Amino acid sequence: MTIRLELRTSVPRWLSPALTLGAVAVALVISGLIIAAVGGNPIASYLHILNASFGSVGVLSDTLVKATPLILTGLACALAFRMRLWNIGAEGQFLLGAWGASAVVLFPLVPAGTPGIILIPLMMVAGMAAGALWGLIPGLLRARLAVNEIIVTLMLNYIALFWIQFWVFGPWSESGFQQSKTFPDEAWLPKLSDFASSVPAFGGLTVHLGLIFGLVAAGLLWVFLERSRWGYEIRLIGDSPRAARYAGIDIAKRLIIVFAISGALAGLAGMSEVSGAVHRLQDRISPGYGFTAVIVAYLAKFQPGRVVVAAILFGALILAGREIQPSGVPAMIQGIILFTLIVADVLVRYRVRIERTAPPPPAMGATAPPAATPGGAGDGG
Amino acid sequence: MTAAATPGSPPPPPPAGSPLAVEARGIVKHFPGVLANDRVDFDLRRGEVHALLGENGAGKSTLMNILAGLYRPDAGEIEVEGVQVAFGSPREAISAGLGMVHQHFTLVPSQTVTENILLGLDRPRFLLHERASEAEIGRLAERFGLRVDPRARIWQLSVGEQQRVEILKMLYRGARILIMDEPTAVLAPQEADDLFATLRSMTAEGRSVVFISHKLGEVLAIADRITVMRRGRVTAAGVPAAGATKGDLARLMVGRSVLELLDRTPSTPGEVVLALRDVTADNDRGLTALRGVSLQVRAGEIVGIAAVAGNGQSELAEVVTGLRPCGGEILIGGRSVANKSASTVISQGVAHVPEDRAAVGSAPNLSLTDNLIMKRYTDAPVARGWLVDNASARAIATELRDTYQISTPTVETEVRLLSGGNLQRAILAREIETNPGLLVAVQPTRGLDVGAIETVHKLLLDMRARGTAILLISEELDELIALSDRIDVIYEGRIAGSFPADEAEIGQIGLLMTGGADTDRETAS
Repeated sequence: MTIRLELRTSVPRWLSPALTLGAVAVALVISGLIIAAVGGNPIASYLHILNASFGSVGVLSDTLVKATPLILTGLACALAFRMRLWNIGAEGQFLLGAWGASAVVLFPLVPAGTPGIILIPLMMVAGMAAGALWGLIPGLLRARLAVNEIIVTLMLNYIALFWIQFWVFGPWSESGFQQSKTFPDEAWLPKLSDFASSVPAFGGLTVHLGLIFGLVAAGLLWVFLERSRWGYEIRLIGDSPRAARYAGIDIAKRLIIVFAISGALAGLAGMSEVSGAVHRLQDRISPGYGFTAVIVAYLAKFQPGRVVVAAILFGALILAGREIQPSGVPAMIQGIILFTLIVADVLVRYRVRIERTAPPPPAMGATAPPAATPGGAGDGG
Repeated sequence: MTAAATPGSPPPPPPAGSPLAVEARGIVKHFPGVLANDRVDFDLRRGEVHALLGENGAGKSTLMNILAGLYRPDAGEIEVEGVQVAFGSPREAISAGLGMVHQHFTLVPSQTVTENILLGLDRPRFLLHERASEAEIGRLAERFGLRVDPRARIWQLSVGEQQRVEILKMLYRGARILIMDEPTAVLAPQEADDLFATLRSMTAEGRSVVFISHKLGEVLAIADRITVMRRGRVTAAGVPAAGATKGDLARLMVGRSVLELLDRTPSTPGEVVLALRDVTADNDRGLTALRGVSLQVRAGEIVGIAAVAGNGQSELAEVVTGLRPCGGEILIGGRSVANKSASTVISQGVAHVPEDRAAVGSAPNLSLTDNLIMKRYTDAPVARGWLVDNASARAIATELRDTYQISTPTVETEVRLLSGGNLQRAILAREIETNPGLLVAVQPTRGLDVGAIETVHKLLLDMRARGTAILLISEELDELIALSDRIDVIYEGRIAGSFPADEAEIGQIGLLMTGGADTDRETAS
């Protein structure tokens, strides 16, 4: 029996989303088998994850809090990936964004007691600017010197982490602990529980304004990518840089701009996290949001709307990681999802054929029926 | 599997008494929405060159890919040397003695010729006896006139030499039947002659060749018999080449007679639109490609550039369209555009039909609509402020599709799924609709079938009649002579001669193109 891949000559419209969903389903089955193999009950584990992430308004709110930085970093990756710019540095840009926003409060750049209505926009600007700056470095290096952006963005992640550590161990350390002091109330993004006095149902709900940032950013990015001339240019450059150059597009300029915007989105994620959830700067503010964002962007096929959905799914997994034992299970599921997604990508481009090999005919030259007819052709997912 | 024995085992000797090398009966192959082969019969005799002629999309390559084990037929039977076969892979086909050389080569650039030929073989098992293999390959190459250094690395070789490596690869694997898919599309005229000599030396030994082409002239020159396909069906099965005429074959291919002479009104050239003075430029490898080219193109005039590939004509097109830095002076409509960006040149009213239509002229994975608005997405009505109006883009694409008869399932279809002729129609439609003052067209008909070539020629002449200045770069001398008002010949980056078209004589131009008129230097082979 042989299995082989045939290039598809046309790709039906439904195939790609169907395979993406199929990939997630297969990943869950594989993960379930592994859980069962180590003696766990996969159904119970999944129910537990589901319950721990979506089981009540309270945990749903916590899931959305985890999803918020993933939405913004996922959008950052999706934007860059559209242009075939492999920005693996959302993590570093996230950290720089968090640092930039914290700098406004901790240096402080504005006098203490500045009202939130001024302070928060300033923190947003500072966070986005710092993230954009961190994105500009690989952007400029790639545009001007043709340096591979994957390597640069990956390494800048470590520099960003050390940069944060320097500040929280040193100048901004709160009495020797590796974290800054808690931000004043004016620097906190409003969250639902703030309104519990007028709407009691909001009590204890931690969803903060950052979620709105994420949703608005997703909407704006959709318009930018799908409707604007820059989105058209990005699609063109992503598909064929030579055709884009031929069409008169200044690729280097677009590349730098896209990297800056991508960095700014990840920077905004960092700002939203320190200002909305953590309320102080510390070196462990990210459980790897910027890396999970790569998977989120892939799962969403670089489409802003789907980034939101994928981010919520992964937010749920991160949250569940705290709940279930062993907590490695959600990380494993994430990894397996990435694998099955890559396989699904292959299946979008190729058709799998499984063929049974017929036994050889009795004699050479004898009239025999066609030896092998194409066997079951399955588009497995 | 039948004759498709274990890969790597020596091919069985041809059974005596079977006159046919290949016999295919009733081959049917469906692709989504297309019946590529409709009950096709094909036979190949031992020791013949059998040409398979047809327009793009006629089903020639599909049929041959089935014979070579790349695709499986939906129905039909194939016998190779009298033995029924059903190949599951090209490897099985080659072990039955049937090998195919594709249009796009499959060589590893950084490896040597010998390494490429040995790649994927089961013998030698472990240690490479490179010296012995080199000698063996060298002998094989000499026997068939395939001049190539077995120790050269692939990236150092010309396209013609790489093709020889592909042929050697098949011969080394014991191919007695060789399928060549449009082998001359990438060759200069001299290289094509060498190839023909090789093919003849192979058939003299009793090997058989299938020669896929859509160039009538060369088919008549090389083939013993000709099979013509149109829209998945055979319209002429194995007719002898002797006695066939270009006109007959063209009718069988396209189902109508081809205009032999284009209907060309006398030109009334206007003012100078493009002027080059002493232009120099380097190629991608940093070697001098243009050594001081001066020329002019006037409004309503077609200036043809005749040159063998690699003599600087591609670079000439790129410096004029702002895609390559250069020295000297380039004036378009009196304005200097040398070393200006491509967008500046475009805004000066310059349209460009590039040499590589699949990678430069179009974005393969974007829709036809996206490709058709490439030059106008910043202008109304496609642009609405900084937004792209998708509805109006689609409307324009639909209109262009109908006007230029671009055959496509929908305007949302990705252009990589279009045939070469339809893609070129789309590119021309886009460029013509910019109402250019100057059009730079590079190899606009390369790889196209007769019907599509005719369309392209007609569109170019229409533009000329409307007063567009056209710089036409082509390797097809017939095309240049049919279309141009003046022909400049480029050899080694210099203008080697310039003729008004009515005084142009193919022999003289051919001589200049190949450096034959150059008495100072030995002509490069």
